[in-house]
Amino acid sequence: MDFQSFVFFLLSTILIVASLRVITARNPVHAALNLILAFFTCGGIWALLQAEFLAIAIILVYVGAVMVLFLFVVMMLDINIDRIREGFWRYLPFGALIGVLMVIEMGLVLGSKYFRVPASEAISPAGVSNTKAIGELMFSDYVYPFELASLILLVGMIAAIVLTYRGPKKSKYTNPNQQVFVKAKDRIRVLQMPVEKD
Amino acid sequence: MDALMSFGQGIFGGAWPAVWTLLKIVVIVAPLMLSVAYLTWAERKVIGYMQVRIGPNRVGPWGLIQPIADGLKLLLKEIIVPSSANKGIFLIAPMLAIAPALAAWAVVPFTDTLVLANIDASLLYIMAITSMGVYGIILSGWASNSKYAFLGAMRSAAQMVSYEISMGFSLICVLMVSNSLNLVDIVNVQNQGRFADWGLSFLSWNWLPMLPMFLVYLISGVAETNRAPFDVAEGESEIVAGFHVEYSGMAFAVFFLAEYANMILVAALTSIMFLGGWLSPVGFLPDGILWLFAKMSAILFLFLWFRATFPRYRYDQLMRLGWKVFVPICIVWLVVVGVWMMSPLNIWK
Repeated sequence: MDFQSFVFFLLSTILIVASLRVITARNPVHAALNLILAFFTCGGIWALLQAEFLAIAIILVYVGAVMVLFLFVVMMLDINIDRIREGFWRYLPFGALIGVLMVIEMGLVLGSKYFRVPASEAISPAGVSNTKAIGELMFSDYVYPFELASLILLVGMIAAIVLTYRGPKKSKYTNPNQQVFVKAKDRIRVLQMPVEKD
Repeated sequence: MDALMSFGQGIFGGAWPAVWTLLKIVVIVAPLMLSVAYLTWAERKVIGYMQVRIGPNRVGPWGLIQPIADGLKLLLKEIIVPSSANKGIFLIAPMLAIAPALAAWAVVPFTDTLVLANIDASLLYIMAITSMGVYGIILSGWASNSKYAFLGAMRSAAQMVSYEISMGFSLICVLMVSNSLNLVDIVNVQNQGRFADWGLSFLSWNWLPMLPMFLVYLISGVAETNRAPFDVAEGESEIVAGFHVEYSGMAFAVFFLAEYANMILVAALTSIMFLGGWLSPVGFLPDGILWLFAKMSAILFLFLWFRATFPRYRYDQLMRLGWKVFVPICIVWLVVVGVWMMSPLNIWK
């Protein structure tokens, strides 16, 4: 076994164990941490496949930003584990159905060679920077889908803000924008007055 | 050098490349840790003189042994784990804080040949790795099971995520004009242009055409490292010591090391990205690693100067600066640089 396959098997083991821990951990924060580990290891496997842009992007976006906010929310939730476990048997058939569907889909994608589906295997010529290639494709052939995707994300963001907006604030608050521009002479006045003698 | 390589090959055989890489890592990390120790000394001295005090002067001449004594003291202290803390995460958190601060150095170039891993996407790598530094702080705050620590962690998480955006935008401007994600290329591109041909290469570095981005990056760097005046995560006057209030001994020291290692990293990145890295400012002097160290020291001095000068920002003012000032400036300057590059006035050909 050469070094590369050793690293691959090591990373895959960590990935599988971490992913299992995501759904089995009792503590939601531990589950979120295992998810972070799973993303990170996934990035490692992608780097091994020489998809360095995707590998770094998953760490930058998912580990560095999305999961931080996720962890943030999970930490502040007061989650009662037993209440969540209550509906386990009721939801099991539905969950199992989705699980089987996902296994079938993955099998179709991964077994494309066996099923003779023309797809999957990426062949990259040596010496071509992956990042550059993705950038060139994204801004030439796929510029409209790319812009459309960003537009959809923008719509999603605005929708989230509109849904949670509860009208103008009724409470009193200070405006930091006005505060930082305050000059000392707006607030205090130095008076000159003769010394009082008694 | 060849003799050394063949000597190593003889002793370690096939494992030599791994041993050689480990040696290079040690050669980077050991001086880094030493500079961290002496940065704390410099901080106390500089702030001392700024406040008309002397600073540490008892251990060794000019207090030079003081950081070693401090380190020894922290090593020998007990690490107290609070009884209701989540023990595993409590102990992992400091490691998560320092690991990214060290791992980022893998791609930092010291000269155009002196770099541990000269990879193509090194700028992306740095952004990805430094974005993970926040976990140490969040987890330490959560695992301590203390309200002060948790408040500090939440402040810090919001702050670091916000300032990462403006940092990322300023780096995007740099990579647009350098047409590369490789840090070595980014420095080499700064040595081209009209001013560099006249022998005044300090005017062709990125800081001048991208002055707003340079300032945004520097200030966001101060915020990213949780330094004064943006140290609301510690906020001694409101939340005691923020996220590391429950930590003692070496676990506390590791947070300290991570903060200072991050400061040095931000100084190195600012020098490389905007101040021409190892390039000499004028044509008649040779380029070299000493220039990089000089630039880094100047920026680190700025960090210390800020701490001695500015009062701490309030939390909402900090958020306003990040989202309502820096992000709009970045977006505007991104468009300006884009238009500039497409116009006939383009200076980065």
